[in-house]
Amino acid sequence: MILFLQSLISGILIGGVYALIGIGLTIIFGVMRVINFAHGDIMMVGMYMTYFLFTLFGIDPFVSVLITIPMMFIFGGIMQKLFINRILGSLPQNQILLTIGLGLIMSNSAMLAFTSDYKILTTSYSSSSYRLAGLSISKPLAISFLITVAITAILYWFLMRTDTGQAIRATAQDREAAQLMGINVKRMSVLAFGIGSAMAGTAGALISPTYYIFPQVGSAFTLKAFVITVLGGMGSIVGATLGGVIIGVVESMGAAYISSDWKDVVVFTIFLLVLLIKPSGLMGTSRT
Amino acid sequence: MLTINKLNFSYGDLKVLWDIDLQVNEGEIVTVVGANGAGKSTTLKNISHLVRPTSGTITFNGQNLHGLESHQVVERGIVQVPEGRKIFPEMTVLENLRMGSYIQSARKDREANVERVFGMFPRLKEREKQLGGTMSGGEQQMLAIARGLMANPKLLLMDEPSLGLSPLFVKIIFEIIQEINRQGVTILLVEQNVFQSLKIAHRAYVLETGRVVLSGTGADLLDDEHVKKAFLGM
Repeated sequence: MILFLQSLISGILIGGVYALIGIGLTIIFGVMRVINFAHGDIMMVGMYMTYFLFTLFGIDPFVSVLITIPMMFIFGGIMQKLFINRILGSLPQNQILLTIGLGLIMSNSAMLAFTSDYKILTTSYSSSSYRLAGLSISKPLAISFLITVAITAILYWFLMRTDTGQAIRATAQDREAAQLMGINVKRMSVLAFGIGSAMAGTAGALISPTYYIFPQVGSAFTLKAFVITVLGGMGSIVGATLGGVIIGVVESMGAAYISSDWKDVVVFTIFLLVLLIKPSGLMGTSRT
Repeated sequence: MLTINKLNFSYGDLKVLWDIDLQVNEGEIVTVVGANGAGKSTTLKNISHLVRPTSGTITFNGQNLHGLESHQVVERGIVQVPEGRKIFPEMTVLENLRMGSYIQSARKDREANVERVFGMFPRLKEREKQLGGTMSGGEQQMLAIARGLMANPKLLLMDEPSLGLSPLFVKIIFEIIQEINRQGVTILLVEQNVFQSLKIAHRAYVLETGRVVLSGTGADLLDDEHVKKAFLGM
């Protein structure tokens, strides 16, 4: 029972960060119908940013999200303006090639600048934990989970309640109708890519105290983000949140009850099962 | 108010519009009628800049619209109620209306305009919390028109508002169009329902395979032999 609860809690905590990555990818896909294969690499940029803010300026990783969020937002916005806006509406394979290419440029530039050595960001609390009724809860994971919840809540409020947020949703639901409402859809695309990048970068910042930092760290997370969003239903924010938590819990359970070598197998098995039963994803609506 | 001069447009190699000349004066209902594929919707898309004219000019109140983005055309006061209604399916009726008043100049009148369109369409008020995608075709068309009015349009472009609706709704929609016009909004209406739209129009244009073949007052065209034969089955 303790093992079960322990892995459930760990799974939910890491799932929160996964959700953040998934939400970023799903917003970008929702607004532009572009799958961002550079998503994990953008996260990697967030990790390095956090690492250097910590080692050079002594800024705590959880405080540095206040810097990482706006920086990554601008980074993503510029990427959208310079590159992605040019290929909206072109063939899907071109979009895939472009985002994969951007990802490769990011990871290889990181390798050139910082070598491929693993970096570890060690804070005073990196390996400390809270103890609660016989369970141990990792302190960095618990804090990052709380930050994730706060960011997700703010984002949700922004998308549901503000004019700009609603305009982003409108653009996602019907781009042409949005244009006819006087919405500048190119600007919404820049905002969406900025928000998506900020989410990915923040996820990177939040896991940096508990994860190795290296230039190729992104590819595994791109795949994970893709699984999360497809599982939740492409374009659905609630779905991505749910998908992230599910993947986190499944991974953690798989590692606890089978073996950590097999956790990805468990994840993909669950993924395939869900898609067999509901091909549009958990919260997805089938698109025509 | 709106002047279209020698408008040409092609989708790739396929030329769709040939030297369209069209004039809409302030306060009028002008209708463009024609068969499927005659280029009616394409003309509206050119005005809204969803597509760009190959050549020719579109001027609105003396200003050339050339080079403007779609959202800038809306800001000038030209609002389109698109074909197929294009309601935001996962937004409530009220959210759809809010999006209609997204442009800066319309936001200050948002609350008043919501009340105004609810007065015109009481059924929308009953359903203000319902998701747009779950409404019937007729209700969606009402919502699409109401959403268009939220932007305080000077010129309202309406693309096939009666398409696919029951006869009862068709009647309501044409009454609404006249009501909107009486409130001071100029209307450019594209319709396949030739009889109804010529009846309410001040002036009309007949489009055939991308060319204007006839124009005149609504009443004149209703009496025209060619129109009778081609569109009214008489």
